[in-house]
Amino acid sequence: MAKSKTSVIDKVFNRDEMDDIVNVFPNRVGSQGFDAWGFNIKNMKTNMRFTKFLYDSFYKVEAFGLENIPKEGRCLIIPNHSGQLPFDGMLIGYALITNQFGPRAPKAMVERFLPTVPFIGNWLSSVGAVIGDPINCERMLDNEEAVVVFPEGVRGSNKLYKLKYQLQRFGTGFMHLAMKHNAPIIPVAVIGMEETIRSYADLKPIAKALGLPVAPLVVPWVFPSKVYLYFGKPIYYKNDVYKESDIKERVDEVKAAINKLIKIGLEKRATDLAEIKVEKK
Amino acid sequence: MEPKKKILVTGAAGALAKKVIDKLKKDYKIIAIDFRTKVDLGIPVESYKVDFNKRIFEDVFREHQFDGIIHLGRISAQELNRFTRYNANVIGTRKLFDLARKYNVPKTLVMSTYFVYGASPYNPSLLDETTPLKASELTMDLVDSVELENLSSIYLYKHPELHITVLRPCNIAGPGVRNTFSLLLSEKRSPVLWGFSPLMQFIHIDDMRDAICTAFEKNIPGVYNVAPDDYIGFQDAIKIAGSQRIQIPSVPPSLTEGIARFLKWKSFPPYLINYFKYPVIIDGSLFAKTFGFKPKKTLEDIFTYYRSLK
Repeated sequence: MAKSKTSVIDKVFNRDEMDDIVNVFPNRVGSQGFDAWGFNIKNMKTNMRFTKFLYDSFYKVEAFGLENIPKEGRCLIIPNHSGQLPFDGMLIGYALITNQFGPRAPKAMVERFLPTVPFIGNWLSSVGAVIGDPINCERMLDNEEAVVVFPEGVRGSNKLYKLKYQLQRFGTGFMHLAMKHNAPIIPVAVIGMEETIRSYADLKPIAKALGLPVAPLVVPWVFPSKVYLYFGKPIYYKNDVYKESDIKERVDEVKAAINKLIKIGLEKRATDLAEIKVEKK
Repeated sequence: MEPKKKILVTGAAGALAKKVIDKLKKDYKIIAIDFRTKVDLGIPVESYKVDFNKRIFEDVFREHQFDGIIHLGRISAQELNRFTRYNANVIGTRKLFDLARKYNVPKTLVMSTYFVYGASPYNPSLLDETTPLKASELTMDLVDSVELENLSSIYLYKHPELHITVLRPCNIAGPGVRNTFSLLLSEKRSPVLWGFSPLMQFIHIDDMRDAICTAFEKNIPGVYNVAPDDYIGFQDAIKIAGSQRIQIPSVPPSLTEGIARFLKWKSFPPYLINYFKYPVIIDGSLFAKTFGFKPKKTLEDIFTYYRSLK
């Protein structure tokens, strides 16, 4: 038991190679290691050690299609959202940072209430999270950043377990920004997070009393689950439609691209599980 | 030889005004005024103690034909009561603008503050000059700062002949500066809010002096943020400046406010609690581009100064 504990601590805190990764990826920080959104290179190094443990050892992530992420310049990374907590964003971020085809330090748009939570707000911004304000997103695209946007918001991350792998309503803001700023959209499917924390009800009165967007009734356990990340090919849209109905059509095209990747991911997972069962026999 | 142009500098007792006067006095004839005291700035600078809202203020204009006004005189929210501040900062400034019109002063520079944007968890980063000013939504103690801005904007557009330039600087820091956040950097023990370290910008007083002098001389009317594109978390700044952090409970907010009211700490006023929690990062690029301005002093220069005080 003691051996196992030492092993985890060692994995989280004693991996100096993470410093080397953080030191080389492109970033635009000032003299004290901060950028204009609160990203902090020092905190990023600490966080990366923890995320590496989650990525490699806990979720045993396999990422596909990393070559589709532009090596430089603006882009919008659009994944499905799941797992109650923002671990899916962290895993996508880690995949981008350690991408062998060209590392990127992405920014992730998060819920607006998070900065009001002590420690959490600061910690999130120090590792690249930014409140989901279109002005922030515009500024970051202008700054040639890779920006992760979850268009489902809490509708996706906090949906009930029975709705797993069913995309919820997408906001259209990301499409307006992609068109206006000529930013390619990278559709992403996250497979495996849905099963980690399972919600069976949304306790709306409690959410209202606490001033939170949701209060999920969850099994208080993080179920181990292998995670697959599928990055699709960039989709480009010209800034040539103006009606919301046309924008909605384009959003549905992105949803369809994500659904296609989800299908591929679920099939891959089923094949892997079948192989494991055969090996065990 | 042509006589030197005359400039009126208000708030002459302040550290920033003294620096501005010192820089401009060789090229201009400076008339310095302050409502608090008659400041001795040495010979060639004429100095008066005068209240903008008294009739005698006009005598300064009758006696001197000004070629410009640098309006740095403002009672900060730490000083006096709300009513007196409003009268001095808003009504007094209106009087100043009216006199500038009456006596045909061709340019006026007004000093504002980034506080006018208000500290809110919903603030995007890099607020530009068109961002609505929400400070008065958060606290009545900053109403005069927002109103001063609104008044300046009205005069800027209604009376273009005044050529008004409004500067909204981030936290000014360095020798002699006595604003809230510079006080915090200079103290041995400074209050911080538990779990919050908002991103901040600091500009050295010497750079701010240069920004004022450049904006005044180039005279391109408008409203401008003045801030470097370098940032630091507030608690990190306190640590690097060599101060010990005193963690004040941040939840529930009513407890924090109660503590601030009870302590009556000059450097931890209740009306600024939100600024200890949420970042107000301003975009200084318009000013930098328009006036070719780049701060010379770094954050490290600022913190080195504060460390030397400990």
